Amino acid sequence: MYAVEMRNITKRFHGTPANHHVNFCVKAGEIHSLLGENGAGKTTLMNILFGLYKADSGTIRIHEKETKIDSPMAAIQQGISMVHQHFMLVDSLTVAENIVLGHEPKKGIFFDREKAFEKITEIAEKYHFQIDAREQVGNLSVGVKQRVEILKALYHESSVLILDEPTAVLTPQEVDDLFRVLRDLKKDGKTIIIITHKLKETMSIADTITVLRKGETITTLPIGEVNEEKLAELMVGRLVSFTIDKKPLQSERPVKMKLSHITVSKGGKKSLKDVSLTIRGGEILGIAGVEGNGQTELIEVLTGLCARYEGTVIVGKEDVSRSNAKKMLDYVGHIPEDRGKRGFVKNYTNWENMILGYHTRPDYITKAGILKRKAIQDVTRKAIEEYDVRTDGIEQTTGSLSGGNQQKLIVGRVLMHHTGIVLAAQPTRGVDIGAIEYIHSQLVRLRDEGAAVILISADLDEIVKLSDEIAVLYEGSIVTRKSADAFTERSLGAYMLGHTRDEEVQA
Amino acid sequence: MKALKKTKEWLGKSEILLSLIALLLSLLVSSVVIIISGYSPFEAYGAMLKGAFGSNYYLAQTIGTAIPLIFSGLAMAIAMKVGIFNIGIEGQMIIGALPAALLGTYVTGLPAWLHLPLCILVGAIAGGLWAMIVAVLKNRLRINEVILTIMMNYVATYIVDYLVNYPFRAEGKIIRTEEIQPTAAMTTLVPHTRLYSGIFLALAAAGILWYVLKKTCFGYELRAVGSNPDAAETAGVNRKKYMLRAMFISGALAGIGGAGEVLGFYGYYISNMISGYGFDGIAIATMGRGNPFGTVLAALLFGVLRNGATGMNRSTSIPGEFIQVLQALVILFVSTPGIIRVVQKSWKRKRFAQRKEEVA
Ligand SMILES: Nc1ncnc2c1ncn2[C@@H]1O[C@H](COP(=O)(O)OP(=O)(O)OP(=O)(O)O)[C@@H](O)[C@H]1O
Ligand SMILES: [Mg+2]
Repeated sequence: MYAVEMRNITKRFHGTPANHHVNFCVKAGEIHSLLGENGAGKTTLMNILFGLYKADSGTIRIHEKETKIDSPMAAIQQGISMVHQHFMLVDSLTVAENIVLGHEPKKGIFFDREKAFEKITEIAEKYHFQIDAREQVGNLSVGVKQRVEILKALYHESSVLILDEPTAVLTPQEVDDLFRVLRDLKKDGKTIIIITHKLKETMSIADTITVLRKGETITTLPIGEVNEEKLAELMVGRLVSFTIDKKPLQSERPVKMKLSHITVSKGGKKSLKDVSLTIRGGEILGIAGVEGNGQTELIEVLTGLCARYEGTVIVGKEDVSRSNAKKMLDYVGHIPEDRGKRGFVKNYTNWENMILGYHTRPDYITKAGILKRKAIQDVTRKAIEEYDVRTDGIEQTTGSLSGGNQQKLIVGRVLMHHTGIVLAAQPTRGVDIGAIEYIHSQLVRLRDEGAAVILISADLDEIVKLSDEIAVLYEGSIVTRKSADAFTERSLGAYMLGHTRDEEVQA
Repeated sequence: MKALKKTKEWLGKSEILLSLIALLLSLLVSSVVIIISGYSPFEAYGAMLKGAFGSNYYLAQTIGTAIPLIFSGLAMAIAMKVGIFNIGIEGQMIIGALPAALLGTYVTGLPAWLHLPLCILVGAIAGGLWAMIVAVLKNRLRINEVILTIMMNYVATYIVDYLVNYPFRAEGKIIRTEEIQPTAAMTTLVPHTRLYSGIFLALAAAGILWYVLKKTCFGYELRAVGSNPDAAETAGVNRKKYMLRAMFISGALAGIGGAGEVLGFYGYYISNMISGYGFDGIAIATMGRGNPFGTVLAALLFGVLRNGATGMNRSTSIPGEFIQVLQALVILFVSTPGIIRVVQKSWKRKRFAQRKEEVA
């Protein structure tokens, strides 16, 4: 029996179809992984199912009954809930208040807060969620916020749960937790649709897969009939290489940047403690660590976004300690870890976003301060072409690109403007495997050409695959730094959890 | 044909279409209200149009009324662009108007080419600095600008009222300052109307603002700060500096608007001469969708409405207050784009269906 049947769904934006006669059927009680390249139309399809978009044509059947879903309200009534790529929570409200918002338990005409707390705590306990219903959402980490979103679905007693790239923002530990919850939910008879670009995750959690390519359904298969390589091929339409060609390290690797004894205090707590790092050209330095161990602060120091620190930063021979963000942009290219927040301006066109941060360079403005539109647009066209950004063109607003294509635009912007030092924070977050392959190859090319690349990633595979050297951040300190070959996946994991003594790591 | 297509594209993109639909909707809904009240909408709108366009005199009045509205609309538009909701425009206009009046009255012996620009400049600087206080407090103490600007309106009103009532009050019953010197006056374009040469200044301001926002690095950074402050910061843009700058420009525009009323129309500062312009400015900027030219059009529309109301009172028994209903509806529809999008969509769908039939 099918829980969800979407047939012949077509949806166009300004004439270009994002979904073209898509068929998507999910059996009741299964975990179904929806796969596809960036811009393939996954989010669009799910937004239609959740009533956020209206399909131009096609039919939807829920539990064998044909229905019209024209609003999220209607979707929730039909037992469908969705956890979005970007959470939709009110930071100033508590967990419980967020969850019951719009469907509050009432005492007479008043909001029954106690009842809400009770009910949420009850659901949380049932699924072993570690969560305090009275905590303000603004104080929670990303992983916990996501749990709040899932609790919302459970509160509505939804039978179908849609998760759009839930793991992109999670640490490996949090991913494990999430998957445990999903398996529990499945045992309870719930149907789950999950979008992810990480094929390993698909292989470990899904029962069935559906692949979309350029807005069309390619196939639906049981998980037993596929493997990672096959999935990649189905998605991209060609063979994808999972290994990377790196030239051997050059013998001469000049020091490009040097951090000495950096300490950052935030709210009385030291979030970076006496960090010293030497960054060499021709080398990729991976910074591994569980998120929240000082990565953000390290990024802020490297980019000048935080100028309140002790210690010195030297680029080449110049002391640039405590320079502001504008100055640091001359030296360090920055691919931000949270693209929506720091990476681009939503309502700017692609060409406007293409120069964000570089807009004061003489290539792009005249002496009088006028933007050189033509030059900017030429560069943008080149970037779109080179980095395979799927878009209607340079005039499309970047906010309406699919998540992965936004990322490709940003990566293109940074790599086209920097050849010396590049700080890549989560460079492939939310990016499809074809594009990951490309972005990785570009980072390696930079390295081969003598640039210094600092790679900060929550994705261990990415760190291990790309880095020449790996430094591990734990509670604000660099606990070890060695050549990448000197780590095993196991020992790296142990360092990340704070086991610093070698015997502990070996054990 | 090509021009038509271009216009269509521009309308669709600049969202000005939404504003037009909002206007049509409000005209429709007001008609219903007028009918229910037992009057004829044709008579009402006829009188309104006559009041606004009926003769050269009325037309000049309408355009003249729009002058301060253009300035307040532009002031709001630029503040909105940087992400500040400037409710203090009225205060900034008042603070700009009084020094312009005083300078125009008490400085004598200057040639007109110097005296008038000086008065305008002083009005701009006074308004700009007054508005900048808000940005400074917002930057330093993170005080909400809405509350702050409202308070600043009271402060401005009372300070200026005191000055006009006591130290600078002219002889006579009316609470006002002395007449300005002829060298400080702007030219009245049509005799006995509000239409003075300030209209050129207003149009130039709109043009310059459009150019600066759209084409310059300054405008690029300013809009970035307004739409995504974190991304702007990451791109090396100093947010706080832009808040200050934008608020200064916003206040300066308001100040010029206030000064213009003194130098171009009244000839002195008179108590309560500036009222309602602040809130109209919000509506006008919203209706103009933050686009300076759209803002000019919206200001003209409000000029039509204000004068149309007078016309209705004069020539019919229909109360001019209906225009206020209409104005309120315009604001309501403009600020809830959701309603209009629904209407727009259903139109599109119908047109699409029609076209399909034609093809078949
Ligand atoms: N609101 C919108 N306006 C215009 N185009 C849109 C809009 N939303 C999506 N699109 C376009 O539709 C296509 C499909 O986008 P969608 O977000 O569904 O992709 P996706 O498969 O979720 O990709 P990703 O993995 O990058 O998130 C893209 O080309 C995108 O540019
Ligand atoms: Mg998506």
